[in-house]
Amino acid sequence: MTNKFVKLHDMSLRDGMHSKRHQISIEQMIAVSTALDAAGMPLIEVTHGDGLGGASVNYGFPAHSDEDYLNAVIPKMTQAKVSALLLPGIGTVDHIRMAQACGVSTLRVATHCTEADVSQQHIAYSAKLGLDTVGFLMMAHMISAEALLEQAKLMVSYGANCIYCTDSAGFMLPEEVTEKISTLRNGLPDNVEIGFHGHHNLAMGVANSVAAINAGASRIDGSVAGLGAGAGNTPLEVLVAVLHRMGMKTGIDLYKIMDVAEDLIVPMMDSPIRIDRDALTLGYAGVYSSFLLFAKRAEQRYGVSARDILVELGRRGTVGGQEDMIEDLALTMAKENVTAETASATG
Amino acid sequence: MSKKLRAVIIGPGNIGTDLLIKMLRSEWVEPVWMVGIDPESDGLKRAAEMGIKVCSEGVDGVLPFIKADDITIAFDATSAYVHAENSRKLNELGVTMIDLTPAAIGPYCIPPVNLAALSQGNIQNVNMVTCGGQATIPMVAAVSRVQSVSYGEIIATVSSRSIGPGTRANIDEFTRTTASAVEKVGGAKQGKAIIVINPAEPPLIMRDTIHCLVEGEADQAAITASVHDMVGEVQRYVPGYRLVNGPVFDGQRVSMYMEVEGLGDYLPKYAGNLDIMTAAALRTAEMIAQKLTEASAITA
Repeated sequence: MTNKFVKLHDMSLRDGMHSKRHQISIEQMIAVSTALDAAGMPLIEVTHGDGLGGASVNYGFPAHSDEDYLNAVIPKMTQAKVSALLLPGIGTVDHIRMAQACGVSTLRVATHCTEADVSQQHIAYSAKLGLDTVGFLMMAHMISAEALLEQAKLMVSYGANCIYCTDSAGFMLPEEVTEKISTLRNGLPDNVEIGFHGHHNLAMGVANSVAAINAGASRIDGSVAGLGAGAGNTPLEVLVAVLHRMGMKTGIDLYKIMDVAEDLIVPMMDSPIRIDRDALTLGYAGVYSSFLLFAKRAEQRYGVSARDILVELGRRGTVGGQEDMIEDLALTMAKENVTAETASATG
Repeated sequence: MSKKLRAVIIGPGNIGTDLLIKMLRSEWVEPVWMVGIDPESDGLKRAAEMGIKVCSEGVDGVLPFIKADDITIAFDATSAYVHAENSRKLNELGVTMIDLTPAAIGPYCIPPVNLAALSQGNIQNVNMVTCGGQATIPMVAAVSRVQSVSYGEIIATVSSRSIGPGTRANIDEFTRTTASAVEKVGGAKQGKAIIVINPAEPPLIMRDTIHCLVEGEADQAAITASVHDMVGEVQRYVPGYRLVNGPVFDGQRVSMYMEVEGLGDYLPKYAGNLDIMTAAALRTAEMIAQKLTEASAITA
């Protein structure tokens, strides 16, 4: 493993948008991305938290459009490349065309782990444009390694040159990561890269990323200071330190990325990114990490525990993108609470 | 009542078969032909067992029988790629086309919102938008007929089992067509559509969320009454169309949370997304039949 190069991919300006309610300013985007560029980060993702076209009532309206963010960041990069995320059903190929015109190098097409066949037109279009095209299989804890491989093969057949096992709920433990990444590595052609995207809801972000690398992953997502949905992404400055101690190469200056975390990202946070009881529930119950703040808001508005909402969402098998279920469910649970109270008062 | 309109269904798949079963109960429209392209297909065999004439040579195969069988209405449940040609050939023979594909050559039709207005004119082709559009646009219209809607957004969540390969391969068609109809029929100045596919087992019943941003202070009483009236209108042809929560009022935002359970004719009850398409298409044909009957009664 010594001297192995691992490509790290920063999520703080995309997944981090979730924890900032999509309100990162243009100035903050530029400050963080230029500091990451100077620290040697090879790839930085910039879009709405829910990807291109995510601007909506359902997911939140951002402070600026995807196009404005991309146009602000890309010309400032000296060595770093910029990626964009797209979820079919939310964004369309029109958004891919826009992002390519802005100068992104990498396009990541994300689907729920069982629904890869909705990505055909987007992956094919991105590959045809000559972009580094990634298939991003979300909530990968919900299916077996073999089933994940079948979905990955579909994305490769459409033109993806890299496949991600995405632990959107921060539910996986290292053994599961090892099994899934090994299965993908053994089952896909050598020229297809394997990636891992972790969340830190069970504090497994770094351990899972190391397991993924040892099993054959060569791209790893993380966020500086963990800025991201739920209890955040794999904290990148920590991962860099661990990988360097393991003798691996990342091309990243450890002290510089520590300073980005401490001096730029932490002061930006609306509230500390930590494993509070609700974020822990995400990881424990296997729930999509960006549901966290929606559940907290529903708790405030309707007086229903965010933890109860999240557990019920997990029980119902909700998937990424179903943010609208949170207010709906909270209203239903609030009605049931009133009914239960009335029943006990009269009974 | 005069004689029923005689119909041809093109596309013997899930949608075409469900439509056929519903049509067999109709007082206004009678299924005569089922058209496919594979003589061995289950869909054509099922139609033949139900006593319907079948043709396995595509639309061209049925054209010689249109006049003799007095066919005046056609339903296309194939794909956007072949719809234009199907429509042209049948329109030439005086047949009105109801389009269940995303081709959208003709005007969009959401029955409780604009069918009455559409049927005043001489329609040759109407488009049934998308399943998500049928389930949500009545609610956008229920708000916009009370108060200006600057932005309408719909989120349709459907079970993985209810989404076929055609929709999957071209999911952008869904978002574009639905968003466009949220504006043109729903009356929102700007429209957005999102589709989420959920693989949970047992399959979830179709869920739909409608968010409208209104101009000015929301008239809560009038909007609430309008929404409940519209739910009742849709329930006339889709009894399992339910307002689960809302309307919720939050500043400019008005939100409705719906569930759409199908009748379970050919498609399972959870596939309310497919049921609302076939029910809306049949409802459209029935309204055309009613208008024709009224017109002939006046001239007689």
